[in-house]
Amino acid sequence: MRHVISLLIENESGALSRVSGLFSARGYNIESLTVAPTEDFSMSRMTIVTTGSDEIIEQITKQLNKLVEVVKVVDISEAAHLERELMLVKVRATGKDREEIKRTADIFRARIIDVTDASYVVELTGNQGKLDAFIGAIDPALILETVRSGVCGIGRGDRVLKV
Amino acid sequence: MVLSGAEIVIRCLQEEKVEYVFGYPGGAVLFLYDALFQQEKVRHVLVRHEQAAVHAADGFARSTEKVGVAMVTSGPGATNAVTGIATAYCDSIPMVIISGQVPVAAIGQDAFQEVDTVGITRPCVKHNFLVRDVRDIATTMKKAFHLARTGRPGPVLVDIPKDVSMQRCEYEYPKEVSMRSYNPVTKGHSGQLKKAVQLLLEAKRPMIYTGGGVVLANAAEQLTKLTRLLGYPITNTLMGLGGYPSSDRQFLGMPGMHGTFEANMAMHYSDVLLAVGARFDDRVIGNPAHFAEEPRKIIHVDIDPSSISKRVRVDVPIVGDVKDVLDEMIRQIESGEARPNPDALASWWKQVEQWRERKCMVYKNSDEIIKPQFVVQKLWEVTGGDAIITSDVGQHQMWAAQYYGFDKPRRWLNSGGLGTMGVGMPYAMGAKLANPDMPVACVTGEASIQMNIQELSTCKQFRLPIKICNLNNRYLGMVRQWQELFHGGRYSESYMDSLPDFAKLAEAYGHVGIRVDRPGDVEGALREAFTTYKNELVFLDFQIDQTENVYPMVQGGKGLTEMILSAEDL
Ligand SMILES: Cc1cc2nc3c(=O)[nH]c(=O)nc-3n(C[C@H](O)[C@H](O)[C@H](O)COP(=O)(O)OP(=O)(O)OC[C@H]3O[C@@H](n4cnc5c(N)ncnc54)[C@H](O)[C@@H]3O)c2cc1C
Ligand SMILES: Cc1ncc(C[n+]2csc(CCOP(=O)(O)OP(=O)(O)O)c2C)c(N)n1
Ligand SMILES: [Mg+2]
Repeated sequence: MRHVISLLIENESGALSRVSGLFSARGYNIESLTVAPTEDFSMSRMTIVTTGSDEIIEQITKQLNKLVEVVKVVDISEAAHLERELMLVKVRATGKDREEIKRTADIFRARIIDVTDASYVVELTGNQGKLDAFIGAIDPALILETVRSGVCGIGRGDRVLKV
Repeated sequence: MVLSGAEIVIRCLQEEKVEYVFGYPGGAVLFLYDALFQQEKVRHVLVRHEQAAVHAADGFARSTEKVGVAMVTSGPGATNAVTGIATAYCDSIPMVIISGQVPVAAIGQDAFQEVDTVGITRPCVKHNFLVRDVRDIATTMKKAFHLARTGRPGPVLVDIPKDVSMQRCEYEYPKEVSMRSYNPVTKGHSGQLKKAVQLLLEAKRPMIYTGGGVVLANAAEQLTKLTRLLGYPITNTLMGLGGYPSSDRQFLGMPGMHGTFEANMAMHYSDVLLAVGARFDDRVIGNPAHFAEEPRKIIHVDIDPSSISKRVRVDVPIVGDVKDVLDEMIRQIESGEARPNPDALASWWKQVEQWRERKCMVYKNSDEIIKPQFVVQKLWEVTGGDAIITSDVGQHQMWAAQYYGFDKPRRWLNSGGLGTMGVGMPYAMGAKLANPDMPVACVTGEASIQMNIQELSTCKQFRLPIKICNLNNRYLGMVRQWQELFHGGRYSESYMDSLPDFAKLAEAYGHVGIRVDRPGDVEGALREAFTTYKNELVFLDFQIDQTENVYPMVQGGKGLTEMILSAEDL
């Protein structure tokens, strides 16, 4: 099962490697991991997308909690939550492809944020499925490069992750 | 008061009442050693290899309730320390390791004797720090000791660049530490505790299974009280030996791979299993699928939530400190009316006694050749069962665990989790310094002892009259045993050739060496070691039966009830 784990961690150098080291040492999957400081600069927030049986996910959250610099851990996918990912795609855009890509971008509510006479950079946010669908909708031969941020997640409504 | 970083480190050690630092100097720690030199409260023990420094500090910690402290230089000093750190980590031993590092500006430049110590040790410490600013040293040291000794204990490493140890700043030792990200639970959840007590009292085939957590929590007294109050059978893991008096009738011996028949059968067929500070290790429960076949309710008390439901599903998890939780259980039982069902308990004991009747620990002694079990039994007799026994890793370790009955905690020091050959003598050194009035013996093998044999020199310098009992079988015995049983008797590289004359070797280091070849001389040699040569290190080199194997045994992948009791079972 796929899980989205959010955590707050002290913003210390090396904190990230403690988390990533834990996953590799214990053989847990990481599908994506995002991290950046929160509004309180002394802390970072991480979103980790992982897969595993219930037992493994239980161990993952326990092991994360055990890391001395980790302040709080929640499996936000246990309840209603939102996921967003940012993707930038550089596509070859010449001739009639220019219009076609623009149209597809509009359908997906993506934005073209860089234009040259031969290429576009398209920016798109959404859940993973939407990003995948966009890639699927574009002729693979036109895709020059893609970069995805990994998933950011947040609980809906009253569910707040804060110290 | 303005002090240098190095002086601050030593001040912090003094504040933490550290008596001994085990270490080895080098370029990156010169300022630290200079600061050590200029004071007298903290004494330094100069080992001959950094691995032994960490093991000795670890042995010091295991034999006391204190935090062990080691100090090493950067680069090779730190890498030599890694085995020691990992060994302590696997058995949850509280330690602080101070390592030197190249100056801050040189970090990342492939400087001389630079390694990423924090990176290398990250997976085998409870936590580690790189101190980049002299003003952070005091709080970091305070945090290091706090982390090492609270919650699930463990080693904490503090890496200090050379320039940071030289710089000066105002010093004040923080009175308290608070870390918003670190708040280990100590009191057990009251609802869970109630459930546990009720389950325990209603049990028909109860079993108590306890481990290193009882020793680490200094809760042997509570455990003994609860066990006697309930009248239930009990087993202690290799790490938990001494947590309950082994001479008591309720004690069934050790569980697991080389545990007793009765302990394993009772673990397996219990209907309620109370696990306390033990982590259902693979050497204890054997094949987890086989263990899970028999339905039973499990209550698991552990301070580390990640130990619970890791290898077996637990019905009543209780996160908390063993001492607090057992105290509360005792209080609830004593203040309540309910008592264990006497009829059920009597028939359960009848069953347990039948298992015990198999006398799985009986071995065939000999008049001609020294049996290792016999040596350990004699060691027990000669020391009145009241010595601190350290061990290395192998067959001798199992024989020591099986045949030296431990009645008190912190008397049995060995590497259970990592299984590190070479810990025996350094553990004995640490234990002897911590307990100068106690007899300390190291039960070892001719291969293990050679992994840190250089420490005979340290023992001479610091006058450590430990007794080394070398169960010399001229084999990597534990490896040979597995090759005999599972690899068709192909003894690939398990023969120890070209051994030194250990007695002479000990003499060369300035100690007493005694070689013992005959069973009839075992007791006499031991008595001599503990009386005539009371104040000397004595190396007893027992030439034992080369073919002896450790039984009982649960083979890898097998279940607890599928034991081989002796060679005849094969
Ligand atoms: C050659 C060899 C053979 C072995 N054979 C056997 C064998 O036959 N039988 C056997 O038992 N072992 C055997 N072992 C040892 C085995 O590998 C494990 O090290 C051992 O079983 C683990 O013991 P434990 O479960 O008590 O856990 P420990 O490693 O001692 O862990 C202690 C547990 O207690 C918890 N704890 C710590 N402090 C507290 C506290 N204050 N309050 C609450 N909980 C706390 C910790 O979180 C941890 O979960 C063998 C080892 C070797 C090298
Ligand atoms: C550092 C290290 N290397 C290898 C091993 C694997 N090993 C476990 S027991 C053993 C043999 C130990 O021989 P000895 O010390 O003579 O003890 P014996 O089993 O003969 O009593 C070996 C090599 C280990 N545990 N530790
Ligand atoms: Mg041997």
